[in-house]
Formats: sequence, structure tokens, C-alpha cells
Amino acid sequence: MTKDTVFRQEFPVKGGDFSRAGEVSWEIKNLLKELGLSTPVVLRAAIASYEAELNIIMYAWEGRLVLSVTPGRVHVVVEDSGPGIEDIELAMTEGYSTATLEMRELGFGAGMGLANIKKNTDAFLITSEVGRGTRLELTFLTNGQRP
Amino acid sequence: MLTLKGMMTALDGELLTPEMNLETECAKFFASDLMSDVLAFIQPGSILMTGLVNTHVVRTARLVEVAAIVIVQGKRPERKVIDEAREHNVPIIATGCSMFEACSRVSGSFLKGRR
Repeated sequence: MTKDTVFRQEFPVKGGDFSRAGEVSWEIKNLLKELGLSTPVVLRAAIASYEAELNIIMYAWEGRLVLSVTPGRVHVVVEDSGPGIEDIELAMTEGYSTATLEMRELGFGAGMGLANIKKNTDAFLITSEVGRGTRLELTFLTNGQRP
Repeated sequence: MLTLKGMMTALDGELLTPEMNLETECAKFFASDLMSDVLAFIQPGSILMTGLVNTHVVRTARLVEVAAIVIVQGKRPERKVIDEAREHNVPIIATGCSMFEACSRVSGSFLKGRR
């Protein structure tokens, strides 16, 4: 957290709990709206957060989203304890999925998640360790300019 | 211009969430049962046409700010799903049409409204 952070909040997410899916990203969306950020930025951050929240629920044991906002940037750090990703490049491929039938019946797991997270961010970092978990760092510029 | 009300008539649809504004203009449409695709490709303010009836449809819809959900094929969401939609002011319209028929009728009405 830098000294110019105007807002910071942590949101825990429990793996496997589909009944609460979307609650964290909904809260993040409303917080960003309240902070007065522009609608396109709020929407991009909300969609990326929702995908990340779903990924924790679908694949990890537990995790959290940490939202921090500075005057020029929105950061969302997503960390989970879970199986990790063996081949990140493959996991980023649109359409590639290891989702179960249950996830697909709910309408998810089409293999768009990570690619869609990246598409909605202005900077995207992913690291993963097999057997331990995955970490994403998502950055959104609040002036709405796409680099 | 095609309104929600006009679209509902074209679909012989039924509004499952009463007391909502049906004068909203419908100008963008997205048909899919995959919420993953909705999250990746829909534009805010679209009408979402789907055959899925679970609570995640409403949660996805409110997040991406759809103007209304059309549920095709005569399916009915559970009460709690309808309640969640009402709470977030997302109209749900149910129709007996298949996805293809619903898209075809809406597309016809939309084009007629533009002429």
C-alpha cells in the first residue's frame, strides 16, 4: 500500500461456495461508483473482479480480493490457495477450460475468464505455483485511458 | 423505437417482475446461455436473452447493467431469483418462444421500429 492510497479493503472468498458468487464484485462495483469513478472504468473493474471471484470459487480452496484505490489507479490483487495453474499460457487461451459439469450448468467455465480479466485491465500480472495457488494483479487507470 | 413493452408484446411474453418501467428503449441484444460469454462480450444496456434460470443470471445481469432479461422456452425461474431481480430493478420477461424464435421476433420488431 502506497502513501497516496485513498481506499483499501480486503474481501475474503470461499472456494466452492457458489451461493455467494458475485457478492464481492458487487460490493467492489458499488464502492468504486461511490468514489465517483467513471462508468466504463467501474464496469471493467467489476467484470474483472467478478471473473476473478468466480475463479476462486470454482477452482481454489480459499482466497481474497484486495481492492486499493489511489488518485490515478484502481488495483485489485487476487490471491488464492489452490491447485495453481500448470500452464499459464494455455489457461489464458480463450475457450480452454478445466471446468466441471456443475460449473458449466451454472453458465460458467467457458474458458473465457482469464482472457476476459486481462482484456478489461490496463495492466495484468499473473503468477502461479502448482499445489499452492495463484496470484493476479489487476490495474485500472481511473482516467479511462487505455494504454 | 422498440420499447421493453413492444418487445414483450412481440414475444407474447409475461413480465415476472411487476411494477417496472417498460418504456425503456431496447437497442442492443445479446443471446446466450453462457454467462462467461455475457461477461466477455455484452454491452451495458443490452437485453439479455437466455435459457438459463439460475440466480447467477441475475447476478451477472446486474453487474454488466443489462436493461432486461428475457427467459425463453417457457422456463420459469425460482421465486428467489425473481426476488433478487426485483431488488436490483432488473425486469424479467418470460416467453414460450424458443431462443431462435424469440431472437427472430425481436429482430423483426426492432427493424420495423427503425423504419
